[in-house]
Amino acid sequence: MRGEAGFPVRIRFCKRGPVRFIGHRDVARNFERAFRIEELPLAFTLGFSPRPKVGFGLALSVGHESDAEYLDVELTRDPGSGGPGGLDRFPEAISAALPDGIDVTGATPIVDRALSLQEAVTAVEYRIEVTCVAPDTPGVASASEIVASIEATVASVLSAPSLEITRTRKGREVAEDVRPAIRHMELLEVDAAVASLHLELATQPRNARPGDVVAALNAVAGPTGLVFAEWRVLRTHQWIERVGARLEPLEADPRAPVRKAWAS
Amino acid sequence: MSSLWPRIEPLLARVEKPARYIGMERGSVRPEHHPGKVAWLLLYPDTYEIGLPNQGLQILYEILNERADAVAERSYAPWSDLEAELRASGVPLFSVDTHRAAGDFDVLAFNLSAELVATNLLNCIDLAGVPVRAERRSPEHPLVLAGGHCTFNPEPFADFVDAFVIGDGEEPVGEITEVIGAWKRGGRASREAVLHDLATIPGVYVPSMYEVSYDGPRIAAVEPRYADVPERVEKRTVADLADWPYPKRQLVPLIEVVHDRLNVEIFRGCTRGCRFCQAGMITRPVRERPIEQVRTMVEDGLRRTGYDEVALTSLSSADFSGIDGLVADLVNEQSGCGNVGLSLPSLRVDAFTVGIASEIQKVKRTGLTFAPEAGTWRLRQVINKMITEEDLYAAVEGAYSQGWRRVKLYFLTGLPTEMDEDTMGIAELAKNVVAVGKKYTKQATCTASVGGFVPKAHTPFQWFGQNGVDEMRRKVSMLRDATRRSGVQLRWHDPEASFAEGIVSRGDRRVGAAIEHVWRNGGTFQEWSERFELSRWLEGMAAAGLDPDWYVTRHRDENEILPWDHVAAGLHRDFLWQDWKQALAEHGLPDCRWTPCYDCGVCTQYAIEHVVASAVAPAGGSQGTGQDLSTGGAVPVSLLPTRVAT
Ligand code: SF4
Repeated sequence: MRGEAGFPVRIRFCKRGPVRFIGHRDVARNFERAFRIEELPLAFTLGFSPRPKVGFGLALSVGHESDAEYLDVELTRDPGSGGPGGLDRFPEAISAALPDGIDVTGATPIVDRALSLQEAVTAVEYRIEVTCVAPDTPGVASASEIVASIEATVASVLSAPSLEITRTRKGREVAEDVRPAIRHMELLEVDAAVASLHLELATQPRNARPGDVVAALNAVAGPTGLVFAEWRVLRTHQWIERVGARLEPLEADPRAPVRKAWAS
Repeated sequence: MSSLWPRIEPLLARVEKPARYIGMERGSVRPEHHPGKVAWLLLYPDTYEIGLPNQGLQILYEILNERADAVAERSYAPWSDLEAELRASGVPLFSVDTHRAAGDFDVLAFNLSAELVATNLLNCIDLAGVPVRAERRSPEHPLVLAGGHCTFNPEPFADFVDAFVIGDGEEPVGEITEVIGAWKRGGRASREAVLHDLATIPGVYVPSMYEVSYDGPRIAAVEPRYADVPERVEKRTVADLADWPYPKRQLVPLIEVVHDRLNVEIFRGCTRGCRFCQAGMITRPVRERPIEQVRTMVEDGLRRTGYDEVALTSLSSADFSGIDGLVADLVNEQSGCGNVGLSLPSLRVDAFTVGIASEIQKVKRTGLTFAPEAGTWRLRQVINKMITEEDLYAAVEGAYSQGWRRVKLYFLTGLPTEMDEDTMGIAELAKNVVAVGKKYTKQATCTASVGGFVPKAHTPFQWFGQNGVDEMRRKVSMLRDATRRSGVQLRWHDPEASFAEGIVSRGDRRVGAAIEHVWRNGGTFQEWSERFELSRWLEGMAAAGLDPDWYVTRHRDENEILPWDHVAAGLHRDFLWQDWKQALAEHGLPDCRWTPCYDCGVCTQYAIEHVVASAVAPAGGSQGTGQDLSTGGAVPVSLLPTRVAT
């Protein structure tokens, strides 16, 4: 029995509104402060400058919103449930210590040594809004014509066997095929010149970002005369897929209830 | 009034660090505006990351929002990318709290803590949609106020600022609110009337109420235009810090900023008497915060902010009565949530300090900073920084022997009476420090940071002609040659920037035209080396028909009317002149906290006095106290795990 065994907890949170303009590292620092304000029994790394053991998932770009962000934090003891510092109180208590727009929406104990979120998450869903100006279309295209053009563009992306776009990785421009990462794309609605799309993107072996999909749309949009630009992005889900099952990260690594014998 | 957020939000997607402009910090408020309340916009004319931690601004933000007759919000200088977007889409400067247009506030109150932010001051006023020159404003425009250390020579800013608050702002902001509130209730009649009323508040300087006449390049007279406007504006001083436990809700930014930690001010003022130091001269006397209040502010602050570091701030934190006990307690009583780091900015150079530092940095001992300021004992007597070489080596020996590897030394060059041997003394000291370090570790390094000395108003050196750019460059290159391959890393401040600082530091009203020229030619963010260009300043001076050397490198004589003589920091002009003569005679002056008062003027004129808990100088605090540290006899053994060799 590991007397010093940590007690990892997985937390789900959203990031909505103006706070979407802070970066991934800033979110981490805000959580660390919130944990200290709420006096969570944090486990620390060893060494000269001990840090709380907090692991974040896939980075969300600055400016993007999300309803499905996750982090794992290791505590030194079981917070239990029902008590004042209990897990069921996490959403309310930790949200109060976080900036407006970052709210904890769920917390669950997970098994010790669960795969990190970075490794475990395999798919992400988004709702994105793109503007689709048609600069070269003379006259006024009717709403139904625009919808038809967008649907045609989406269809060309989905039917393309491969789609090379340029993106920057580690400061260098590289050509990359994004098609394999696009699992699903669907036009939801068009309001004025803003189209809402539903996307499901794979994160492994190579992840794609909503901006890459917009680049892919532009790569095939030629004949329609449309030019797409990212406007708003909302991450709606992250999924962990294992042996055929598709799990929400809060459900993926449940910790077995603590056995009575250990508790005494 | 409606929020500009819907128009700002789309612009933020296109700029670097958009979170600079969203506000929402823990501790911030979204106050309710009302026509019956005076609306203050507190502005820091530099980036959010530099401006947010400013304690003066945060203190006033709280004090004003606690009042029933005022609201206060904040703003910072937008970086050039957002500025371009704002101008292109016709969106004015806004507050970060409720994104309200700056022009909708009654007061734009700037914190001026560095000379070169002058052009950003103009840029912010302009972005607010307000005429940059005070004389062009009409009653519907906000009043432009300024406070902060730079306002002890307000004249270079006089064309652009309606009123200055000289000294501690805690009390006058309330009095100003009342005057402006009455003016609003009266229908905002004439601007002249409200400015006249403001000019009668103690500590408030309204430049347009004074007529300056010249005799050639020199000032002939500065005269008030009304009988009830004081000839000299005396600074305001909070008598007891215990009455002002602010900030109570320090702002916690969402993004990383400078000094990103809990900051608790443990005392204000300093009587060490370093003659180059304007901060020390203009903030006298020393007012300590009661130690119990410090403890409460630290505990509450940590609990409320979630920070894991606290800084005990002041101009010389090791001088605080009972600092050793306080540090030991704070280090030992850790909160339930991991270790809390403690930092003490501005420490003295002595073994006591090393003792405190070793108490704080129990495990991780990376770097320790000392500020001997000058390279030889002779020159240190001139500047009244009474540190003997033995003090310094004892401190350094203490540091390296207890596990520190990197020592950083701060120096100034271009000091009065400095000769080449004094300049070279900087290299000597630094090399000797490396040699001491090598006895303990092969990795010992020493960084010497050399700043160019810029004489400041209300100091004994206010009469001294600053070194020109070439002279400072020559000294820097001498030091570079002397420290090559020596284990000393030399850092230096750009002599050209020091020259531009010198223009503003002791400039008069006529310099305003040069500042405006620099701004109109795109010279914003002049504190940023990548944005600074001396040529713009020289062009600006030429355009205004001014000789920069007359302002910067010229020695002044006793009888010259200085541009800031009608603003008083409480120091007798005679005392400053006397101290200047003492400096030239290489005589030091002890610290009046623990030795008899030499009547500099502050306490005697303002009927206030030091608030210092300890009747004797702190152990080991040799600087100016006449104690001899080199024997180590005065060092509290309890704080020194390892004996400090001499
Ligand atoms: S008046 Fe006297 S005691 Fe007060 S600061 Fe000046 S010298 Fe010191």
